[in-house]
Amino acid sequence: MHPFSYTRVSDTRAALDAGRRGGRYIAGGTTLVDLMRETVERPRALVDISALPLREVTVTRRGGLRIGALVRMAEAAAHPRVRALYPVISQALELSASAQLRNMATIGGNIMQRTRCSYFRDVTAACNKREPGTGCAALHGVNRTHAILGTSDDCVATHPSDVAVAFAALEATVHLLGPAGERTVPFADFLLEPGSTPSREQALRPGELITAVEIPALPRPLKSGYLKVRDRQSYEFALTSAAVALHIRGGVIREAKVAAGGVGTVPWKLPAVEGRLIGQRPSDALWTTAAERAADGARPLPHNRFKVELLRRTVERQLRVIGGGK
Amino acid sequence: MSRVDGRLKVTGQAKYAADHDIDGVVHAVVVDSSVARGRITGIDTRAADALHGVLGVISHLDRPSLAYRDNPGPFPGRRLRVFQDDAVRFMGQPVAVVVATTLETAQHAADLVKVSYAAETPSTDLTRSPAVDGPAPFARPYTRGDAQEALGSADVRMDMTYRLSRNHHNPMETQATIARWDGGRLTVWDKTQHVLGTRNELAAVFGIPQENVRVLSPFVGGAFGNALRTWPHVTIAALAARELGRPVKLALTRRQMYFTVGYRPAYEYKLSLGSTRRGRLTAMTHEMKYETSRYEQFWEANQALGQMLYAVPNVSQHVQTVPLDVSTPMWMRGPGYGSAAFVIETAMDELAHELGIDPIELRLRNEPGEDPSTQQPFSTRRLRECFRVGARAFGWHRRDPRPRSTRDGDWLIGTGVATGCYDVFLGQAEAHARLDADGTAVVQSATHDTGTGTYTSMTQVAADALGLPMRQVTFRLGDSAMPPAPPQGASQTMATVGSAVQDTCDKLRQQAITLAVEDERSPLHGVDADDVVAGGGRLHVKGAPARGETYRRLLARNHRTHLEARGSWAPEENSRFSMYGYAAMFAEVAVDARLGLVRVRRMLGVYDAGRIISPKLAESQAVGGMVGGIGAALLEHTVTDHRDGRIVNANLADYLVPVNADIPDLKAVYLDGEDYKADPIGVKSLGELVQIGVAPALANAVFHATGRRVRNLPITAEALL
Repeated sequence: MHPFSYTRVSDTRAALDAGRRGGRYIAGGTTLVDLMRETVERPRALVDISALPLREVTVTRRGGLRIGALVRMAEAAAHPRVRALYPVISQALELSASAQLRNMATIGGNIMQRTRCSYFRDVTAACNKREPGTGCAALHGVNRTHAILGTSDDCVATHPSDVAVAFAALEATVHLLGPAGERTVPFADFLLEPGSTPSREQALRPGELITAVEIPALPRPLKSGYLKVRDRQSYEFALTSAAVALHIRGGVIREAKVAAGGVGTVPWKLPAVEGRLIGQRPSDALWTTAAERAADGARPLPHNRFKVELLRRTVERQLRVIGGGK
Repeated sequence: MSRVDGRLKVTGQAKYAADHDIDGVVHAVVVDSSVARGRITGIDTRAADALHGVLGVISHLDRPSLAYRDNPGPFPGRRLRVFQDDAVRFMGQPVAVVVATTLETAQHAADLVKVSYAAETPSTDLTRSPAVDGPAPFARPYTRGDAQEALGSADVRMDMTYRLSRNHHNPMETQATIARWDGGRLTVWDKTQHVLGTRNELAAVFGIPQENVRVLSPFVGGAFGNALRTWPHVTIAALAARELGRPVKLALTRRQMYFTVGYRPAYEYKLSLGSTRRGRLTAMTHEMKYETSRYEQFWEANQALGQMLYAVPNVSQHVQTVPLDVSTPMWMRGPGYGSAAFVIETAMDELAHELGIDPIELRLRNEPGEDPSTQQPFSTRRLRECFRVGARAFGWHRRDPRPRSTRDGDWLIGTGVATGCYDVFLGQAEAHARLDADGTAVVQSATHDTGTGTYTSMTQVAADALGLPMRQVTFRLGDSAMPPAPPQGASQTMATVGSAVQDTCDKLRQQAITLAVEDERSPLHGVDADDVVAGGGRLHVKGAPARGETYRRLLARNHRTHLEARGSWAPEENSRFSMYGYAAMFAEVAVDARLGLVRVRRMLGVYDAGRIISPKLAESQAVGGMVGGIGAALLEHTVTDHRDGRIVNANLADYLVPVNADIPDLKAVYLDGEDYKADPIGVKSLGELVQIGVAPALANAVFHATGRRVRNLPITAEALL
């Protein structure tokens, strides 16, 4: 670990001041401290924002949900409103990490977490995300767990978050506060595909803070849930995952929100799957037909070809779990 | 009986290697090579040296003087020498050490050391490099009968190739050493499974007499074999302490645990078998090759099972190693046996399916009456009973033998069995016991407790032999100054050290009895010594507990502060018996074949392990063995990027071991009994046995569930889609 300064701030103004001077925000620290130990991250100044008043879960006027950036994963998962309105969020959170980590890690930090690509986390390996211009060791290396969607020749690392997949599916909005004031960014635009600049991962401006993630109101009844496929049963990242929310009225699917995890450089929204669902009646045949589109555009690597079919099956399974059918 | 050291452990008072509080200690951090093969062309330490608190950086450029006297190591070859040349032999090889007043400074400084290399392309892939014959005399070509001929004329012939991944031991406690010099004398607090081995190696490396080295290792936080050797970091700690004239502490990082402290090697293992239609094996040929380093030829006991497990008239074995640009492997729980058992026991399941014979029945049809490799009688072999007891408890008779025959929603359910077997390895040990005037005893031997429960089981043996309550007996271990004991490996501790402790305590009890029967004031005066027994802290006449006295009274009246005795035990040089422990492993899995998920539902192990000294410890060993086997079968895999020899999952987030959710309902049953042909306390081996046979039982259950035979470990999603 390299030497750094550490400051605690108690209001957003002080946080933004420190951020403007180049401070790195830290809350639960479950990603950043890990990466600092490995010297992947070498911030000179840490600004601890844990004490900022961003820890509430509130229902918005339109009936959506606003989750403060500093709400702990465990708190968000257990929150009665989250559980009642968006089980997909609770499930995604509860299938993440371990109980200890969920008690520390925050929602804002969760969507900011960095990839598990082992070349990124090994400072002796080439990695464009860690050190732009050094190359991507994973592209022709060991890439079983890497992305098949949204990749570029410069980076094939997955985004590791589960709850971000639920946020992507539900078309959440990220609330930001910066030196120039507040703004909101659609979730789909917040996390960036690597392209030729894999070190740039979020649409954040210098010194900006995440203050909340807002889930829009969706027509009710809404059934939703998260399926995570992984090598071991707990404490493990996804090989593939699917977040599904369906609004079915009069026997017809009126709204479908579907995204996949473990397969994309960012949480991967599946509009082609959604398109095949809307206006249709639930059936096993429909789930299969819709899920056929889940891996559209996939560019598998030598070790992760299996993810293409596994992704389709994961989406198909979760459509059936949520939408029912026989 | 709970662990006697349980309270110390759960309250954090048990001192593991890095926990010892040594006055004036400074901290060392190793700098690892970032290439797998080549030469070091430069080491720039300027930035590190400039940091406040850095005391020194040592590398081969300093030409540190180390004697490296000959000292028999475990493997043929030349052991890795620390900082003696510019050659890089594997990724992660120690190339320098930084010492600083704080750990944080040392870590930062280590990161600032810039090492440059002339790198060469390494070979790290077992399947793409030439093999050589395994090291004599440990790996021997074996033939009995004519296996090729018998294969050619067999009713049924099957040829299979199995591949096992490299596994790392991954104990919770990372390797650590504290070294302190007092003049020419060296003391180390070390994580080790062999205090005397570490003592001898340090004496040889530093060119000092063995009696000038003392090694202390009172607690070990798991090892599974990886602390059976004195690895480079131990030498580095002692070297740094010598060069700087300060006690030095060096703890490996979790990442470094994948570089220099051994691993279970990857295997490619070809097995051919011939059988009659009725399931009598006629031939087996074993062609195995596994990875080793270029500087040492690793070996492990991978041939015994193929020779003795089943009554096969024609057998041939050929063992090869593949020297690679990797570090040397090290024995890992059930070494050799575990890998061979996966192959043989999966093959038996394949044959059972091919012939339409129940897999247990197939094994029973090939049960030998004597050891087919030596013609010796078995000391005890109760494998039939293991299967009978296990089949009943597991509900084996309810099984539909057809693959894919049982479904539960999206899950295919399957069950499988396998045999486990491990030899009764015996060593030599000595012990010392002292009975004090207050009626308490202290017994010691230079053995180890890697979490297996040695403190507890030896206390039990000693208390039993002395006739003292457990709480009045203290057992001490983990100090090279104590009476010698063998490494804690190969499941030999209970039998070997236990027998020595019993011998020692028998002698001590006899001393007390002699003192009593010769003492006119003793109620035991004049009684035949053979008629006196001990119990509850007293000596008394056999069958007449009222006639006797306490040890305390006996010693006080005779003005003795204590009695003491030294005892020992060694096995007969040429036992007449073939001695092995046996297990029947049963597994039930659920497989979501659409999603490639395998979930263990339950496991049962039934063991013929001789006498069980401590049922709770034995149960704990068995559960741990099943967990280890589940890991090997479904999760564990050290992954190397063969382009540059990099281990890409050198951490516990990416190297998967089972978590609690993966290990439901594990049951262990030990058959009642004992084996006094093996040793005086009637125990057989246990710690390795309990992991052998777990992986094949699971793989066979996966086949039964899905109809898909996976011959590579671990079994992961992509193999099942």
